[in-house]
Amino acid sequence: MNARTLAFCPLRPQVKNYLQLNLSLLYWILIAPFTGQFFKIAPIFRQMVFIGVRAAPMVALTAFSVGVTLAMQAAHSLQSLGAEMYIPDLVMITLLREMGPVLIAVIVIGRSGSAVAAELGTMKVSEEIEALEVMAINPVQYLVVPRFIAMLVMLPALTIFGNYIGILGGWAVCRFALNFNTAGYVLRALESADTWDLYSGMIKSAVFAWIIITIACNAGLNVEGGAEGVGQATTGSVVQALLAMLVMNAVLTGIFFFSA
Amino acid sequence: MNANGETLIEVGHLVRRFGDRAVLDDISFNVHRGETLVIMGGSGCGKSTLLRHMIGSMKPTSGTVKLFGKEITAMKEREIERVRLRFGMLFQSGALLASLTVGENIALPLLQHTDKSGDEIEEIVKQKLQMVGLTGFEDLKPGEISGGMKKRVGLARALALDPELLFSDEPTSGLDPIMTAVVDQLTLNLTKGSHMTAVVVSHDMTSAFRIATRMIMLGHGSIVAQGTPDEIRNSPNPEVQQFIHGQPDGPIPLNVSQEEHKDHQHVRPRPFLGARFRFHHKHP
Repeated sequence: MNARTLAFCPLRPQVKNYLQLNLSLLYWILIAPFTGQFFKIAPIFRQMVFIGVRAAPMVALTAFSVGVTLAMQAAHSLQSLGAEMYIPDLVMITLLREMGPVLIAVIVIGRSGSAVAAELGTMKVSEEIEALEVMAINPVQYLVVPRFIAMLVMLPALTIFGNYIGILGGWAVCRFALNFNTAGYVLRALESADTWDLYSGMIKSAVFAWIIITIACNAGLNVEGGAEGVGQATTGSVVQALLAMLVMNAVLTGIFFFSA
Repeated sequence: MNANGETLIEVGHLVRRFGDRAVLDDISFNVHRGETLVIMGGSGCGKSTLLRHMIGSMKPTSGTVKLFGKEITAMKEREIERVRLRFGMLFQSGALLASLTVGENIALPLLQHTDKSGDEIEEIVKQKLQMVGLTGFEDLKPGEISGGMKKRVGLARALALDPELLFSDEPTSGLDPIMTAVVDQLTLNLTKGSHMTAVVVSHDMTSAFRIATRMIMLGHGSIVAQGTPDEIRNSPNPEVQQFIHGQPDGPIPLNVSQEEHKDHQHVRPRPFLGARFRFHHKHP
């Protein structure tokens, strides 16, 4: 073994844990229901409210600011070319393809991903996870599955919501600063975007949802060493999820818009 | 010893190593139906590790653990779950789910593992809470009740499925003498009245002698002494005498070397930070 492989040794159990979590998640969602072990609906809705609905105000504020900024930046550059009419195109497409999915994922990582990691981590250090196992309740089925499904539904939903608000931000700049009329803005925005632009954003945000929630749950379930461990796991999950999400975004953009 | 009863737990030549140190070293004993076995020993002697092997949450380095006649050390998680439905476990801290109310905590195993209706479950929750003397506490969160109450709720939850076997990890540590007596009385009612079998890990001697029908004392990872409470009380073994009378001087060493202590930690040393700090500590 050379020094390089030695340096990566401490990572290996974490990677193994992460893959195991993903496999057992797939088992509980795809296979277990056919063996009569259905997952319960109520906890999923509870998590949807927590992960999704409560994040909506923050998402709205962020998306509105981004929509406004995009429109102002576009106006600045496009006006010099006399091409202000393309501002709605630019706002719409940037939001649908990139800014919407990525920024809303950032908000959800910071708000909900960290909360999930901290919650599960605290449960781990206070023996609650072990207690579940001893009661023959699988922690993945009981704790991870509802959070996973809630995230997989709510992140794309928040993204659609954020896209609307962002476009509203763009409209506010065009309408009040650049004297567009509303009908013109809407028409131009709708004409520019393809349904594929929306779908690609949705696919991105579903993949991000998977990454965010599995990293957060894995970090929480593998906490060791008390309150300090919970803190480290929470920070670690946020950093890892951000990096993984941004890298995955580049990969997906490459696949969707560059390879064709 | 109640040799006539059916054997519920068989531990055979159990060895568990962390690194080079054997935390459990060749431990063998049986528990028969109707017995209350108290496992005692000083802090860090391997009591809790032994208990975790008996409930299947840790795997031994070698040796066997049979629960209800079934070998659990080689079982898959799914199979162990079936065995776990037959026993209850009271954790040291109670280990209640903080996000659920007291009532929901007790209802949890019933909701997950039985087809009982909401009304039936509510009735059972009320009855279990009444048994531990906490009638009317259903709607409080675990954060709103005291440590002793949490333990009693933990006991009620462990008993929700009416198990044949109860494991308790330090059921009386951190409780005042009256609450200790209450918890002991509850355990006695269950074992004497409901013929439940109990395995209790404890270093509280008063409580241990009150509830035990048989006792095992652990030290350095192996069994130092075992027998009925009377046999233990009159044991000629100086380690046993030192422990049950709580004397500071005796054969049990006070000092644990850093080397031993480090081996005992289950945490893997972190490569970069760890290396820097370890240089500062010279082991004796």
